[in-house]
Amino acid sequence: MQDFIQHIINGISLGSIYALIALGYTMVYGILKMINFAHSDVYMVGAFAAYYVARFFGIEANPGLPTLITLLVASMVVCSLLGLAIERLAYRPLRSSPKLNILITAIGVSLFLEYGGQVVFGADPKVFPEVMKDFVLFNIGSVELKSFDVTVLVVSLIAMLGLQFLIHKTKIGKAMRAVSSNASVASLLGMNPDRIIAFTFIVGSALAGVGSVLVGMKYPKIDPLMGMMIGLKAFVAAVLGGIGNVGGAVLGALIMGLSEEMVVAYISSTYRDALAFGILIVILIFKPAGLLGKYTVEKV
Amino acid sequence: MKFLKMPLLALAGLSVLGLIFDFGFNAYIQLTLLFVLVNCLMSMSLNLVNGYTGQFSLGHAGFMAIGAYFSAYANTHWDILPPSLQYIEFFVWAAGAGLTAAAAGFLVGLPSLRLKGDYLAIVTLGFGEIIRVALLNMDFLGGPRGYSGIPGFGSFLFSFIFASLWGVICFFTIWRVMHSTYGRGFLSVREDEIAAEAMGINTTKMKVRAFVLSSFFAGVAGALFAHFTNFINPSSFTFLQSVNAVIMVVLGGMGSMTGSIVAAFLITALPEVLRPLQDLTGVDLRMVIYSLALILVMILRPKGLFGDLELTDVWRKYVRRSA
Repeated sequence: MQDFIQHIINGISLGSIYALIALGYTMVYGILKMINFAHSDVYMVGAFAAYYVARFFGIEANPGLPTLITLLVASMVVCSLLGLAIERLAYRPLRSSPKLNILITAIGVSLFLEYGGQVVFGADPKVFPEVMKDFVLFNIGSVELKSFDVTVLVVSLIAMLGLQFLIHKTKIGKAMRAVSSNASVASLLGMNPDRIIAFTFIVGSALAGVGSVLVGMKYPKIDPLMGMMIGLKAFVAAVLGGIGNVGGAVLGALIMGLSEEMVVAYISSTYRDALAFGILIVILIFKPAGLLGKYTVEKV
Repeated sequence: MKFLKMPLLALAGLSVLGLIFDFGFNAYIQLTLLFVLVNCLMSMSLNLVNGYTGQFSLGHAGFMAIGAYFSAYANTHWDILPPSLQYIEFFVWAAGAGLTAAAAGFLVGLPSLRLKGDYLAIVTLGFGEIIRVALLNMDFLGGPRGYSGIPGFGSFLFSFIFASLWGVICFFTIWRVMHSTYGRGFLSVREDEIAAEAMGINTTKMKVRAFVLSSFFAGVAGALFAHFTNFINPSSFTFLQSVNAVIMVVLGGMGSMTGSIVAAFLITALPEVLRPLQDLTGVDLRMVIYSLALILVMILRPKGLFGDLELTDVWRKYVRRSA
């Protein structure tokens, strides 16, 4: 029983990281109706940005809250700029072309970042600097609540609540929702869809940056191909919850994190990658729009 | 026997080509050429689903893996013919590999083809990954260590002719299917699914049929791949391999058979041609250039090299007119 609770805690902590990345997918999908395959590689670049910033300022020697915040900000800034550049150079020229072309371009950008990353950063894994000391906050019986899990949870909660506030309470969030539901009408009403889309990319990529620092903190080994699997899983989480739906992404990510942790604990760690897709397939077959997604009937 | 004339001619032409390659080129180029043929099979079969039927599948590597493992296992464990007829056995097991992959394609396609667009893409991707992970956990197939000691064909010429034979079968099967009633059905699903349904076409049935035929040839491609490399392991059939097949289809032009073939050649040869660059700069720039080229093609020539035209159409449209 105590093991079980421990696994739940680990699962929630993993799920909240997935959620941060899944939100990036879901936001871009919600507004552009495209899978941004490069999102997971933006996340990888964020991890490396944090790594180099930490080394440059030499703050890896004194872990603590200031270090965490510095690295978060650095990673968010680099990721946003990268997301903006990708949108501008690769996706915008293709805005009106068929969906498949955009998908292929996204895969191309993803490959470019992965292999470009291998050239720039080197293919060997690097050890992420120690951002915070990991210690046991308190334990009930033998269930340990570690400071990492709490930090991950708190940071991702802040990020998600911030996003929720941005989308539902601010003017630009309203514009984002408007462009998402109908870009041409939104532009008739005086919004500039291009700028809103660029802003969406900035926000989504910044969330990926936050996720990268958190993952680096929890699993301190980074390499240029690290985005591939976590990206797929986060995307699956987004689809699972109903893509385009912010709450759905979080729910899907928590389901993914928990079930993955349970499979590793009770069945076999080799099946963890298959499980994600297994869940996805079952859910999509019974509920094609995801758990919280609305199924729309195509009108002729 | 009129319908056999063109395929036989094509096979004869390819055999002569193989004979030339057998003398004039070194083993490295020869192996690359064999991979070109494998990739031709992959791109042509995926073209049937992605290009002609308009359903975006990202799990093609999974079917290739099934074919590869089936053929590897069958050829090392089951002897049905005396050793002198080994080539026939290779052919039989390659067909068997195709049928196994087709059966898997049916099982995968039946539930997932009710989905559309991006959802279908991600579900097929998931199935591809599941097949890979399942192979990782099958100990009698080598698991993560891979399957080694797969019998090869001995000489380049036989390998080339064997691959050409399957390439010709694949090309003409798909070609003839596309010019039959079924082919029209596939195209109608691509153009407008709702209208097709209204005209009385069972769209799910059509899609599943295209999918099964496509996975058959992907399985055969996997069998060929296994015999050419003599070693396979689950990481040969990752997401990247599926993406590779999609890239070939899109680069060649969705719905163009000859486009798929040309693109398969380009995509297989390009990384090899760029290999000297690695020695020059010291870092591996091939994949970077390759992906950059992909993005540029999508931006500058979004319909791919051929669009939905065949080589003969291009000839008629541009070359004959100017003459």
